[in-house]
Amino acid sequence: MSAINPKSAKPTGHPGRTVAILAIALVAFSALAILQGATSFKLGLDLRGGTSVTLQPRATAGGKITSAAIDQAVSIIRQRVNSLGVAESEVSAQGTGVNRQIVISVPGATGRRIVDLVGQTAELRFRQVLVEGAAAATSASTDTKTAASLPTGVTPALNAQYAALDCSNVKNRQGGGGDDPSAPLVTCNRAGTSKYILAPAEVLGSDVSKATAAIDQQGGSGWYVLLNFNGNGTSKFGAMTTRVTKLATPQNQAAIVLDGLVVSAPRINEAIVSGSAQITGNFTQTDATDLANVLKYGALPLAFDRGEVQQISPTLGADQLRAGLLAGAIGLILVVLYSLLYYRGLGLVSIGSLAVAGAITVLSFLLLGKWIGFTLTLAGIAGAIVSIGITADSFVVYFERLRDEVREGRSLRTAVETGWARARRTILVADFVSLIASILLYFFAVGSVRGFAFTLGLTTVVDLVVVFFFTKPLVSVISRIGFYAQGSTWSGFSQKSLGVSPSKISDSINGFNGKEA
Amino acid sequence: MSKLSGLGGRLYRGETSIDFIGKRRRWYALSGLVIIISAIALGTSGLKLGIEFKGGASFIVSKSGGTIAEAQSAIKAAGITGETIVQKIGSNKISIQTGALSNADSNALQTQLAQSFAVDINTIDTTSIGPSWGKEITHKALYGLFGFIIVVMLYLALAFEPKMAIAAIVAVIHDVFITVGIYALVGFDVTPATVIGFLTILGYSLYDTVVVFDKVRENTRSVTSVGKVTYSEAANLAVNQTLVRSFNTSLIALLPVASILFVGAGLLGAGTLKDLSLALFVGLATGTYSSIFVATPILAQLREREPGMKALTKRVQARSGLTNRDASQSPTEAAPVNVLGEAVDTKANYQRGPRNQPKRKRR
Repeated sequence: MSAINPKSAKPTGHPGRTVAILAIALVAFSALAILQGATSFKLGLDLRGGTSVTLQPRATAGGKITSAAIDQAVSIIRQRVNSLGVAESEVSAQGTGVNRQIVISVPGATGRRIVDLVGQTAELRFRQVLVEGAAAATSASTDTKTAASLPTGVTPALNAQYAALDCSNVKNRQGGGGDDPSAPLVTCNRAGTSKYILAPAEVLGSDVSKATAAIDQQGGSGWYVLLNFNGNGTSKFGAMTTRVTKLATPQNQAAIVLDGLVVSAPRINEAIVSGSAQITGNFTQTDATDLANVLKYGALPLAFDRGEVQQISPTLGADQLRAGLLAGAIGLILVVLYSLLYYRGLGLVSIGSLAVAGAITVLSFLLLGKWIGFTLTLAGIAGAIVSIGITADSFVVYFERLRDEVREGRSLRTAVETGWARARRTILVADFVSLIASILLYFFAVGSVRGFAFTLGLTTVVDLVVVFFFTKPLVSVISRIGFYAQGSTWSGFSQKSLGVSPSKISDSINGFNGKEA
Repeated sequence: MSKLSGLGGRLYRGETSIDFIGKRRRWYALSGLVIIISAIALGTSGLKLGIEFKGGASFIVSKSGGTIAEAQSAIKAAGITGETIVQKIGSNKISIQTGALSNADSNALQTQLAQSFAVDINTIDTTSIGPSWGKEITHKALYGLFGFIIVVMLYLALAFEPKMAIAAIVAVIHDVFITVGIYALVGFDVTPATVIGFLTILGYSLYDTVVVFDKVRENTRSVTSVGKVTYSEAANLAVNQTLVRSFNTSLIALLPVASILFVGAGLLGAGTLKDLSLALFVGLATGTYSSIFVATPILAQLREREPGMKALTKRVQARSGLTNRDASQSPTEAAPVNVLGEAVDTKANYQRGPRNQPKRKRR
């Protein structure tokens, strides 16, 4: 922060050349943008409609959250999302280490399907049914038999838990997985019509090699999911079915449990050694296809909570885009009008500089969209609009300095340099504050508001470029033009607008020092 | 406009002067009062947090002629209990806010809403925030707020002389209190967009303070060696000289923000644009106020306590007691003449300004 000696401020030579270099750079970058095909903005979901889901890993009894597990989950979810075939879908992990969230964004009106598809853990287990009953909670006395008469594998504790469970309450049917496969499970079915005590799992989702959706034309059971087991799965499933066929109802049923809820619990009439099984359950085609896809790509290694779900319809997206552009246009017009009214001829410099800043910003958006996948969101547009004011502020700082110098009696040509030497420092310090602010905001911001910080930071840099390579050289150039140098009425340097009236000047000379001004 | 810029010239030369620093008790009292009201509002009604922080779900159904009663019956049919807020936005939108919903509940409500309003389910705009995610966002926002203030303070301490840094920091804290108070008092929703807008404005308010302090530093550089004006007088001239600039920069920054607020609140109703620009708007106003009425007076007060400055004040007072202020034989009286002169040492600025300042309030 060294002091600036105004006398050392030499006219920076060749202002025209500086402007020319900037112009060439602009043209070059425009050409680059066209060559690379970066001719349209990448719009965020809030501007074109779409669904975004943020998943938070949840610690379960089953396992700890590890970084590797999150990476695996990302790739599984990506496969599931890609199975929908929607272009420009994105799946990414945000944050660091084990504190990462998985963010899924899918454009268009896919809505709830995405939400259901990505959030499922899809832990598939085959468990033998031990006890089956109606959904409602029962009092312990009617349901609890003596320890001796309980079916094999059912402890009094499990039985009490079973008795208390009310499957008609939707809160008890959230599922979510994370159940321990080596322990018995007390749970409901998906529809909430029955409740079960289930034996430890015998076949797992990882034993499934293939899953496809199919329709049963003859049997009338509609869409179902056909599972094919790998070698290990075939023998385990074979053993399980062989054993249970001999047992009495309900112990001869094999429950297919997905994320802790029973999808179906068919009675096994004969041992299945073919290595395939069917999941039925009033599926629509979409349901069956999605379930098959989910099972095909495997279970997520972690359970997830839906942290944030946003569904924006394309209509709202278009509305928001229009509103953002309208706000930008109004803001720009107001700033331009004010600059012209207040700074007159100097206002033209300000408008020109804003135009150049605008051009550079648009080019950066286009190129960054191509290079680093920068997407323009509503918050980003807001950042760009706010920056109109902040960019124009640097011109104000310089112009006011310039006018102060002229008030002190310098000629415009000298003032351009001495004023610049001082304004430069203020602009640098102030822009630096803005830059720190936007960098910090970028790292602290959550989700969509990040775009605001990014554009704000970007436009601060653009502001510096414009002030140094356009505004200042341009002012140097115009200071040689008679219209400005002689302080014409509309130049922004007239004695009247500077508050130095000719009559007062003569008064001052006469020593009356403006007493009667 | 030219009247305004003419005013700029008079302020610059100190012919028209507003006594910001001398009347500091008045400004402090005003700020103190607003802060007390803010604290009371914060203590009694608290901040109205958006669903992003506390968890919850929001649904917006676009249907011209849709009624609140239809929405309420859908909520009932979906079996949603707990507090719900149903509002009409504009002529064709109904907004429903509920507490945190499970995925099943959320699906049920969307289905019911689609049925009840006879719209396609994919046209319902939904935001749903889980309670634990809300907590995480709250933590992040708080870390952001405190992290930001700490980094800004460090920067100020490095970039300015220590007393300027203290004054700027007091101004920043002042802004935080007043903005939070206004939000508590009026009951505006606080969302992540609000926090971001607010942090941005802290940065911007510093921009303003930077501009004023730069001029203060310049005006007071050789104040002790010249010994004609006190530090406070020189600082007050600096505020006056930068007044037009502060006004212009704030107004120009405010114009786009106002247009976002107008479009965001008027056309879109609630949402990012409105929250962001409202925080910017409120913050910009307090920020501009504090850099003029709080930061500089505090700085002057701090500096006046230094022994050197105390001595200077005595010297200046003694001087003004001896000399007739309007006497034209004083050599410095020639300075204003030099407004027209070809080359004036800029250091002479404060010499003519402050002398004319407190007594000559001609306007």
